[in-house]
Amino acid sequence: MENFFTRYKNPLALMAVLFIQVVALATQVKRPEGAKPGSTGSGTRLIRVWTVTAFTPIEKVFVSTGRFFRNGWHDYADLRGARKQNIELQEEVARLQMEQVRLRQDADQARRLQALLDFKEKFITKTVAAQVIATSGTEQSRLITIDKGSKAGLRTDMAVITPDGIVGKVKDVFGSSAQVLLINDHDSGAGVILEHSRLQGIVKGTPLGELQINDIMSDEKVETGEHVITSGGDRIYPKGFSVGTVIAATPDRDNDPFLAIKIKPAADLNRLEEVLVITETSDNSRTASSGTEPMRAADILSQRLPSVPKVDPNAPKTPGGGQTAVPAAKPSPTPTPANANKPVSPGTEQKTAAASGAAKPSTSTTGVAATSTTVGKTGAEAKKPSSGQNQSPTASAAATPAQPKPTPAATGTAATSTVAGKTGAETKKPSSGQTQSPTASAAATPAKPKPTPPTTGSAAASTVTGKTGAEAKKPSSGQTQVPSGSAETAAAKPKPTPKKTATPKPTNSSTPDQPSATPTATPATQEKPPR
Amino acid sequence: MNTAVSLTSREEIEVHRFSWPVSIGIPVLAIFLQVFLRVRFLTVLDLPLLVTIFFAVARRRPIPGMITGALIGTLQDAWTGHPIGLFGIAKTIVGYLGSSIGVKLDVENPGSRFLMTFAFVLIHRFVYMAISLQLVGGSEAWIWSHTLLSALVNGLAAVVLFAGLDKFKLRN
Repeated sequence: MENFFTRYKNPLALMAVLFIQVVALATQVKRPEGAKPGSTGSGTRLIRVWTVTAFTPIEKVFVSTGRFFRNGWHDYADLRGARKQNIELQEEVARLQMEQVRLRQDADQARRLQALLDFKEKFITKTVAAQVIATSGTEQSRLITIDKGSKAGLRTDMAVITPDGIVGKVKDVFGSSAQVLLINDHDSGAGVILEHSRLQGIVKGTPLGELQINDIMSDEKVETGEHVITSGGDRIYPKGFSVGTVIAATPDRDNDPFLAIKIKPAADLNRLEEVLVITETSDNSRTASSGTEPMRAADILSQRLPSVPKVDPNAPKTPGGGQTAVPAAKPSPTPTPANANKPVSPGTEQKTAAASGAAKPSTSTTGVAATSTTVGKTGAEAKKPSSGQNQSPTASAAATPAQPKPTPAATGTAATSTVAGKTGAETKKPSSGQTQSPTASAAATPAKPKPTPPTTGSAAASTVTGKTGAEAKKPSSGQTQVPSGSAETAAAKPKPTPKKTATPKPTNSSTPDQPSATPTATPATQEKPPR
Repeated sequence: MNTAVSLTSREEIEVHRFSWPVSIGIPVLAIFLQVFLRVRFLTVLDLPLLVTIFFAVARRRPIPGMITGALIGTLQDAWTGHPIGLFGIAKTIVGYLGSSIGVKLDVENPGSRFLMTFAFVLIHRFVYMAISLQLVGGSEAWIWSHTLLSALVNGLAAVVLFAGLDKFKLRN
């Protein structure tokens, strides 16, 4: 026996070492997932903590020294073009400030509309900047190490981003460093949406370090170059962050009915230096509300229209008051006073609206229609913060008087175009089933009294019918589409009769208790358009 | 019996030793370079594996060779997102085989060093994949082109690296 051990000493030693390592490996693999977070000092992970802790200070010295010299040179090089760049930046700042004003108003309305839908959105409230100090060094694991850890408030599963896009999530946290699993690691995943087609999927890393979506059916149309953003559904990455762009969409041979959509990451994952860790987010579902009483959408919109006298929702309505479709069905919070009665559409949008409307009169919708449009969409669609949403109502209301011969339908078309976020070509197409917003007609009524065909009371229906058949089938709060053709009629003969346009349609299932939009919209057409 | 005599005589002739600073410093430096130098090329080049092969072959003693491989692999595992032990086991086996083969072959020749390293990279990759797929349940994919390229690059690098590391040998 002694001879046996002596003779096979080396193989036995090898087997012993391998056995120990396999047992240690099995211990890690079988560890319950629940015990993992925060257990940085337990069991086998201790070696990881020790190693990372031992190497991190050395690397920090190396990195900071190298960065010092590199930055010194870059500072000198950058100064050479600083003056010219400063002028350019000042111009850029001025332009951005103007744009910010517009976007802020857009955002205000988007929030109001989101509030109508009980939309909950996660906002980033706190981030921690960190420097990348190491990588995994292998292609089997796409992992980076950053110089911030639990002392900086980092925890596992926090999202890591750059200004270009998402990077990954925090995997392990140590005292003064943390490891981040990149999104192109094959163990990684993130919920995403294709920005234009609104298709949802899960982007995963491949063994080659590429990003790929595999769960979209092959009958869906996905075009290269389409932007991919986070969906927020994974509860790690907040919604709306850039993930990348589609570089190829081919049928997946291994997964037949699905597409293999390759994504080019927005962030350069091979050259990461500084990243942001999102350490805190907050749910914000009521940014547009300050009051407690629910308010109907028509009331909100009537406040937003410029120079519109405030209408008491309980006041007697005219028989054919312009109806809004959805809001009555869903109580909504009141908007913030600051935003109420504020003209929301900058002049540029008004011009656009007027121009496109004049170019080809089509379906008529007004600002009320804008709300209906958003509400009438599916949840996924309506949740998308559309930056152009708030342009529509004012655009239609304001552009009408500005034009020498504006057709109400035309202005309404422009508004619809903006609200729906569609291209002009799409919205200019008069669909056969288009209905009109009575509000639009009402808005034009006093100025150019001319009979128009009966219209529905639902602005939302108007918008819905302006979409494709598939979209129109989406839940739209019960709007009924009534064939009208009045849009074209109103545009061609812009002399609507108030009574006709004011006639409510019994077919509209969402109109019974709607406020009268007619008195609110009508004066708007006579007012000077806001800037 | 002849073989045993041959092994003994060869071991007596060509066993090399290294100083403690070299024995510790070179592997640590290899891991350090592999992990902290964010050079894309280094992900193909496996410096810790080359160091493991070098020490195993030079010492020609299986137990120190596999322990060296186990330690280097475990340290390398700490920087990956995988369970610790994948590289450890793979490099343990490579260390053992390297020590064993070093007794039988002429490992001072550049050609044999290239071929030996080429083979060890494939073995290392194979063991890693086997453990990852069978034990850990990973989803790694064996890509021949990439693996062969990696073996080729590491083989060429080994010729240069081993020639440099030869200077640290302490001959008996």
